[in-house]
Amino acid sequence: MATSTKPKVDSNSRRSKTSASKPKHEELGLGKEQLLDMWYYMLLARSLDERMWLLNRQGKAPFVISCQGHEAIQIGVSFALERGKDWFLPYYRDLGVCLALGVTPRETMLQHFAKKDDPSSGGRQMPGHYGYRKLKIVTGSSPVATQFCHAVGVALASKLKGADEVTLVSGGEGATSKGDWHEAMNLAGIHNLPVIFLIENNQYAISVPVPMQVAGGSVAARGAGYGMPGVEVDGTDVLAVYEVALEAARRARAGEGPTLIEAKTYRLTAHSSDDNDRTYRGRDEIELWRAKEPIPKFRQYLLDSGIATEEELSEVKQRIDAEVNDATDWAETQPVPSADDTLKHVFATPEEKAQWR
Amino acid sequence: MAVKTMIEAIRDGLREEMERDDRVFVMGEDVGPRGGVFGVTDGFFKQFGPTRVIDAPLAESVIAGAAIGAAINGMRPVAEMQFADFSHPAMDQIMNEAAKIRYRSNGAFNVPMVVRMPYGGGIHGALYHSQSVEALYGHIPGLTVVIPSNPYDAKGMLKAAIRDPDPVIFLEHKGAYRLIRGEVPDGDYTVPLGKAAVVREGSDMTAIAYGMMLHHCLKAAEEMASAGVQVEVVDVRTISPLDRDTIIESVKKTGKALVVYEDNRSGGWGAEISASIAEAAIEYLDGPILRVTGPDVPAMPYNHAQEEFFMPNPEKILSAMRELAAY
Repeated sequence: MATSTKPKVDSNSRRSKTSASKPKHEELGLGKEQLLDMWYYMLLARSLDERMWLLNRQGKAPFVISCQGHEAIQIGVSFALERGKDWFLPYYRDLGVCLALGVTPRETMLQHFAKKDDPSSGGRQMPGHYGYRKLKIVTGSSPVATQFCHAVGVALASKLKGADEVTLVSGGEGATSKGDWHEAMNLAGIHNLPVIFLIENNQYAISVPVPMQVAGGSVAARGAGYGMPGVEVDGTDVLAVYEVALEAARRARAGEGPTLIEAKTYRLTAHSSDDNDRTYRGRDEIELWRAKEPIPKFRQYLLDSGIATEEELSEVKQRIDAEVNDATDWAETQPVPSADDTLKHVFATPEEKAQWR
Repeated sequence: MAVKTMIEAIRDGLREEMERDDRVFVMGEDVGPRGGVFGVTDGFFKQFGPTRVIDAPLAESVIAGAAIGAAINGMRPVAEMQFADFSHPAMDQIMNEAAKIRYRSNGAFNVPMVVRMPYGGGIHGALYHSQSVEALYGHIPGLTVVIPSNPYDAKGMLKAAIRDPDPVIFLEHKGAYRLIRGEVPDGDYTVPLGKAAVVREGSDMTAIAYGMMLHHCLKAAEEMASAGVQVEVVDVRTISPLDRDTIIESVKKTGKALVVYEDNRSGGWGAEISASIAEAAIEYLDGPILRVTGPDVPAMPYNHAQEEFFMPNPEKILSAMRELAAY
């Protein structure tokens, strides 16, 4: 099984070689506040995700699709971009991205319970189908890889308007098998668009492992075929991901074009609450990956580098536990969508049309 | 007023919209220096440059998908599918994405894009340059699907489509492109989407059609008039959402209905029109709702004999009109 991957040093490694004595975060210009923010969002994503499974198993929510194992990728990338200014086209595992961009725990739970005020879809879509106009998170769907085409269109519009916007689009390694991924990469390469293609390679597309999904074994290597850098990074290391995403964003903003990032990690849960992963992978394999998963890894980094004490980290944990409890309890009591609204939002209303310019 | 062909009217409408609103841009295969394989964007590359007249790679899904993204980010894309037959790789983007984005985001996002597609047969285009796709797209709520039948409507409806906040599939009959001429005003005007038109008044039966078939119906109606039967002809113009009121009103008046479309018979858009008439006006009918359609074969053959067999024409329509008149 080609699941165990040793992260390669990325193309930005020159800087790290010349200042090897410095801790990684200093090299990246990150201070305590930002590091603890990163920690907060990684742990918040994990905690909300775990709560969603609990609620699903209690029969309170029909579906969960998980971000567990992806937190370092999602937080690392989000912190490298400008919230409120850049565009995001996440896929269904990107809870961490959405939280880091400003979706609140309460809003997350509104979506989980399919409540009326769920900002992504008003309870119309399954959980994990993100979208939030005010945060520039573009609505997503279930067909895999369609978002890559939208992303190059968003980026094309930024270029046509001369707007200083970077577009981040993400998907799993399974998505790279689709024609839409190829078509989008090609268009982005041709027009040198300010877009970052993030592939969160978690080794499985539902049950199908990388060797049966990705010919040649490397997604990153494919960047060359579209005239863009393809960077492979350890997706369990938030600072490593942050570093490559920062460079990708810099390139995009400088007009140097798109970047492909393949961030390698491991899917710690089954594909979704409806999947039984015991049919296709061993428990020993999961345990092996648990040992290198992102959250304990970053926790250790924060302690080892003297950024935070055990007490400070447990304070963050307590704060998150309280927020998750509050979000769950509050969202459960919120109103459900009205059946009378089923016919709404097929087309613009006459009033919306009258205001449309 | 100048007399123009369909293609000139579409070109005028598109050019005027691009001059009026710099958010409007076109993207498609060979739309650049070549001006499109039918010449709709002839001269555009020179006038608007490569950033607004984009020669897309040969990839229909990303033509539609990137148009969706650009529309979400404030632009007004007009995507061109070189032939409607080749729009099928973009079906996922059009059906699962463009059509559903307003609905699935609970009104937060919308997709103001137009996808133009030349469709229709009778031009020796064979299986893959002759298809009628209006029923495929008409079946999808969230899409407005239009088929103008004359140059005046083509220009005005294209302008309305570009200014619409939601995705519009704009179908242009290839056979009508240079054959159908009509008066077109020079300046700005729009023709509202979602409205059918009674283009010929009559009292004895109603013929309902769109695109090229509308012209065949008009020709047959002239013949019928010389035999003393007055046929009212309704131009559907917007496939979906369908203007049932105009159709039903006409059928209630005449008491007979003939529906003509060149798509395959089963599940063609005329089936929906027929069902709508049956639901709302069956007690007004003095005869069966008849259809003249293409046959249920996979697609239109290239050779003349089989192409002619496939295509409805004024003679076939006339024969159905006579049958209906005899009731």
